[in-house]
Amino acid sequence: MSALTAYARTLAAERQIAQPVASVRHVHVSDRPLVFVPLQLAGEANAPLAAIVGSDRGTPTVLTVAEPRDRNQRFAFIADLADVILPYIEGYPLGTREAKNGNLVPVAGDAPQLIVPGPAAVAFTRLLGRSARFRRTDGPYAVPATVPLVGRWLSFYSERPEVPGSSLTLVVTDALASHWATGQSPEEDLNLASILGWIAPPPGMTGAEAALLAEDPVRCPPAGPATDPTFDNEVLEGLIKAVRAARLTGGGSGRIRHALTEELRTQLEPTWERMWQAVDLLRALRPGDHVASRWERDCSAFARYADWARATGLPQPKHDGAVQASRRLWDLEEDQRRFAAERAYDDPLVMAEHRMSGEAFAGTVAAAEPTRVDASGRRRVLRPRITVETGDRVVVEPGTVLTSPARTAQEARVISVEAGERTLVTLELQKGMGQSLTPPPGSVPELGERVCYATFNLGYQRRPEFPPREETPWTHGGPPAPYVPPDENAQEAWS
Amino acid sequence: MTGSGAQVPGTEARLARIRGRAMPKSHNARTIAALASNPGCARRAIMDAAGVDKQRLAAHLGYPAPFGQSRFALARGNAFEAQLKADGAAQILHLLRENLGLPLEQAHYIDLDDVGGNPGMDLRHARTRQLLARPEGTMFDHPVLRLQVGGRHAYLEPDLIAVQVGEAFRIVEIKSFPVIDGQADGGKVAAAAIQSAVYVHALRDLVGDDKVHHETILICPKDFSNQPTAQRLDVRKPLTVLRRQLSRLTRIEDLLKLLPEDLTFDLDPDPDDKTATHRRDPETLKDAVSQIDARYAPGCLSTCELCYFCRAKSSGQTARLGQQALEDLGGLDSIPAVLGLASGALRPSPERAEATAVLRQVVALRAEVFGREPEPTPAYPEVMGEAV
Repeated sequence: MSALTAYARTLAAERQIAQPVASVRHVHVSDRPLVFVPLQLAGEANAPLAAIVGSDRGTPTVLTVAEPRDRNQRFAFIADLADVILPYIEGYPLGTREAKNGNLVPVAGDAPQLIVPGPAAVAFTRLLGRSARFRRTDGPYAVPATVPLVGRWLSFYSERPEVPGSSLTLVVTDALASHWATGQSPEEDLNLASILGWIAPPPGMTGAEAALLAEDPVRCPPAGPATDPTFDNEVLEGLIKAVRAARLTGGGSGRIRHALTEELRTQLEPTWERMWQAVDLLRALRPGDHVASRWERDCSAFARYADWARATGLPQPKHDGAVQASRRLWDLEEDQRRFAAERAYDDPLVMAEHRMSGEAFAGTVAAAEPTRVDASGRRRVLRPRITVETGDRVVVEPGTVLTSPARTAQEARVISVEAGERTLVTLELQKGMGQSLTPPPGSVPELGERVCYATFNLGYQRRPEFPPREETPWTHGGPPAPYVPPDENAQEAWS
Repeated sequence: MTGSGAQVPGTEARLARIRGRAMPKSHNARTIAALASNPGCARRAIMDAAGVDKQRLAAHLGYPAPFGQSRFALARGNAFEAQLKADGAAQILHLLRENLGLPLEQAHYIDLDDVGGNPGMDLRHARTRQLLARPEGTMFDHPVLRLQVGGRHAYLEPDLIAVQVGEAFRIVEIKSFPVIDGQADGGKVAAAAIQSAVYVHALRDLVGDDKVHHETILICPKDFSNQPTAQRLDVRKPLTVLRRQLSRLTRIEDLLKLLPEDLTFDLDPDPDDKTATHRRDPETLKDAVSQIDARYAPGCLSTCELCYFCRAKSSGQTARLGQQALEDLGGLDSIPAVLGLASGALRPSPERAEATAVLRQVVALRAEVFGREPEPTPAYPEVMGEAV
């Protein structure tokens, strides 16, 4: 957060309606996302209770478990879930492309997008994937082949929210909160119905009023995975007992199971509607310029994983090896840097935060020498200079190289900074102006032009060489044994 | 420390009056942790000291607490603890041997759940004290410890205390959230660590600092099973925080001095009505509760039963927007002041000049981005023109 976001929160509280903190959309929203809202049984380790899932708003699939503490029923649930998720993923075919070095790399023109209500649903999905991906299709407790397969996909998709800028898994409350500030706290923004209430209250209601109503679990059942404890105690417990009793006595179990499903449906359907409402809200925003290229990187990540999974047939290991973990960490840091820069370049409101911190400044061109030539070296080179007049706080030092969102290929070296009521920054430009000594029109900012310069850029940083896994240094445990999922993973104890 | 807790005569009577005719609710590690997380809240401090049933109070005020406990969670928690403690805590003993290297012959298990059939806290505390002074056992189940909170005693029941021969006591905490592939929910582990720290603090009070280990043992179900797994938990950090926060708690006597003598949260139960109807007028109850200052923060939403009431009464405070927002606004605690200073309708006092400069910058940047003049801000006559 920043003073800008905090101020937007106070404005939202005052005006009783959420305020934008982004002027464009920074996430990709698929034309056909898969919305997944899981519920779990309280107190148990990742026991699925129910889910509503599907890629078509009008025809969701509702899945329920009559006895979540029964191992067989859990995996029957996961198999049912696989019947929805796997065909959806198969709708996104893989291709290959020849890389510069001649290798064929997997590619995908588009990728499946998973949309879940909040961070808790991601955590639940991660464990659901973990519980399913090691299961065997033979031996004791055999499961259908789709169970470990969907477990691997759920594991992959639940890791993606960690990657800055990735939209393969869209976490709705996070996505909404990064585009709107509400008049409440970030803790309260985790409630889907509540944050939606602030952003798009029903007619005749303020955002604050809608958010208050959203806290009534009878009117707005929680978006899960935790259920409303009162629902557990007053409705669910009785029905689960009745199903068990009916099965023991051998009569009427169909009717009571139906009743259970219907009750769980009442807990899921309002959230289903809200998820699509959130999708609509996000879709209505104009996407930022870099959203498409980030989605392409997402598609590559999807294709790479799909290819790895198909080639090895292995579940992801429980823990990364040392080399893989270091590589992953480096990638995450680079993604973070790039995402922050792209967001700022795409969105003046985000850039404003960097202007407040002094990492960027904006102003007007007060003087320009567009045809200035530097003849001091062996070769005469075009080095135009401009002086930018700004009211922003400028903390850059002479010698720093800056970049402007309007001319990302051009480098601007700070020559001098003259502080005063309005600060004057003189910049020397190179690159992005062709080969001749006369800059093409538009390549050098003109007198009076509004410009912005930042200390960060969109440049791609090459990943440094990491040793191959078989050369893992002894400081990192030495080379790991080749990855073979041990039997104990498949045969672990279940309550 | 126990010596300093001399109770001022009349304090008990006043707290009893505040509580009214309801059964007192006693402190536990969870409530002490919650109190310590917001030591500036006099409302919670008084209510907890008086043993007020905050859940019932909140419901009567028309602001029922947002959290309840699912019976599924309760059942699982109880079953797991019962399984661990069955047969003289055989499973715990096994884990302790693995984790603490406890010699095999040490397997003594003492249940302190009641003393000769008497479950009174005073008696159980005395018995715990006596046994821990000359530890002949290995595991003490249901011990009763005592802690000074706001100058008053609170009784606590850790899950278990284990002793290692020739070394220190250890607190054992049993939780039913799973540890999957060596990882558990960070928030839940942190909460367990704070609760264990409360017990360590109380036990050190009883037997001395050097006799209680700063590492506690957390026992949880492993992966997706009911098999227990034990982790060592270093609680030095939460312990330091807890100590500091407890020392910041104002003495209850001092808080009481600020309150009217006849203050009570009695709900006026109907003695003839078996359904326990409460006849207290909610409006007078609201007035009574409002007599004590509260310090609402969004963190209260997960720890205090009164949170919705306090939140409703905190409109206009930046604290309700979250700790981060409060800090980003330079500590300005009132929303009208933030908006007034930002628009220029209010003149900042010198100590607010810096925060105001930031706000002015924010307003200018927003106006630039949205391409319009800053929206008119409503005037606040009561603070208008004055430096705030």
